[in-house]
Amino acid sequence: MIILDVRKTLLAKENHFQLDCKLEANKGDLIAIYGDSGAGKSSLLRMISGLLTPDTGSIEVHGELWFDENKKINKKPQERKIGFVFQDAALFPNMSVRENINYAIPKKEDKKWLEEIIRMIDLKDLANRSPETLSGGQKQRVALARSIARKPDILLLDEALSALDHSMRSELQDYILSIHKSLGLTTIMVSHDIAEISKMADRLLIMEHGEITKNGDPVSLFSKRKVSGKFQFTGEILSIKPADVIFIVTVLIGKNIVKVVADKKTAENLSVGNQVVVVSKAFNPLIYKIDPS
Amino acid sequence: MNWSPIILTFKLAIITTFILFIISIPIAYWLSYTKSRIKPFLETIVSMPLVLPPTVLGFYLLLAFSPTNKVSAWISDNLGISLIFSFEGLVVASLIYSLPFMVHPIQAGLSKLPINLSEASFMAGKSRRETLLKVLLPNVKPALLTGVVLSFAHTIGEFGVVLMIGGSIPNETRVASIAIYDEVESMNYMAANQYSMILFAITFIILLFVYTVNSGYLKQFWK
Repeated sequence: MIILDVRKTLLAKENHFQLDCKLEANKGDLIAIYGDSGAGKSSLLRMISGLLTPDTGSIEVHGELWFDENKKINKKPQERKIGFVFQDAALFPNMSVRENINYAIPKKEDKKWLEEIIRMIDLKDLANRSPETLSGGQKQRVALARSIARKPDILLLDEALSALDHSMRSELQDYILSIHKSLGLTTIMVSHDIAEISKMADRLLIMEHGEITKNGDPVSLFSKRKVSGKFQFTGEILSIKPADVIFIVTVLIGKNIVKVVADKKTAENLSVGNQVVVVSKAFNPLIYKIDPS
Repeated sequence: MNWSPIILTFKLAIITTFILFIISIPIAYWLSYTKSRIKPFLETIVSMPLVLPPTVLGFYLLLAFSPTNKVSAWISDNLGISLIFSFEGLVVASLIYSLPFMVHPIQAGLSKLPINLSEASFMAGKSRRETLLKVLLPNVKPALLTGVVLSFAHTIGEFGVVLMIGGSIPNETRVASIAIYDEVESMNYMAANQYSMILFAITFIILLFVYTVNSGYLKQFWK
């Protein structure tokens, strides 16, 4: 269980602003943080990791105080068991893929753990490559592997996938989900991608001007109207084509392409690239545009 | 030709560079990440030898090394080292005089590395020391090479400070730059030219080496 209640004055480009966050997370949660750039999302992750020190407040993780302003407790980043994936991967250029992962493995750890990570994230073919020869998606896979090398309690993803194209992103999402489950991690991810959040997160926090303004289930927070579907998926519109009196909307959901029928009124409201949620109510699937506001 | 000034010069340059390399890395690292208020003062002190006339530095070192000074008297009595008009004194003076030439390139190299590299290493549970040795320094090799070569070359070219605190004692403080001056003073242009030519050629080769290595020019032959 993570209990966090912190405040800090941040130096933004134009003016100073106050970050004031309260957050509770259970072990095993996968929480997404969504918000405009400059809302303080990354700062929140950096405070959890210890890279940034809050002015006041406290951070408690699994019954252990990591930060408490009153009790003068501030654990070093090295002492907090956290895996952190940066947006730009931040792989060490002087080490191979295997060395990058091995560097983060504690010395007392069993040698098999390295091979286990390499197997879990399918890095066998890349293990001896140098980071500069890898594609963006491969780099993030290595960064993810390195982040779990310490067997952390918490995994923090700071827009880790935002620089990747769709298929790479989807592939990495699956790796993150499988690691999250198999290692029993508590994961907090900052993301701008509605489809990604809807696919992965159990819970969504929306941050505005340094505060968490909304907290709840991703799909209901993103869609204006409440939908009670038998099943629902989120995806991205690839094309909208008229067919006689109706429209065929092609939606990419994960790796699958799904064709959904829409009437003229619905189709006019949609455009290619929109993030949508596809819901089936018993027999007839309905399609709604999802809007973060 | 008497080779002792040339040998003495290189002995001084090698020892100075070696000690500087070890003491400059922590200084440069601290300067590259600190937000401390005393940073500008330390930077100023490190950079002073760049702008200060060597004679000023030499003059104060002369006073500091004088046997009437308590610290230098203590060193002389207990360690048996006299810093004035001695090779040891030249080493100490060279360390101060060449310090910016080692610290600046390393500091610049470390500052240019993305901050994420350090942070990723901290997140991997590694201390600042381990981060510096295993992640940061291996990624600033060109800066390390530049620092080593510049301090080496600068120590070879030292004149004013040596003249002030070392004098011109053969095999002890008579380095090549002093020897050239002495030979010219005694109208011995032939010997002055020999020393000069050697220094000229060596300095040229050293700098050429740094620029070719750092520009990646040599890599095309080594692949």
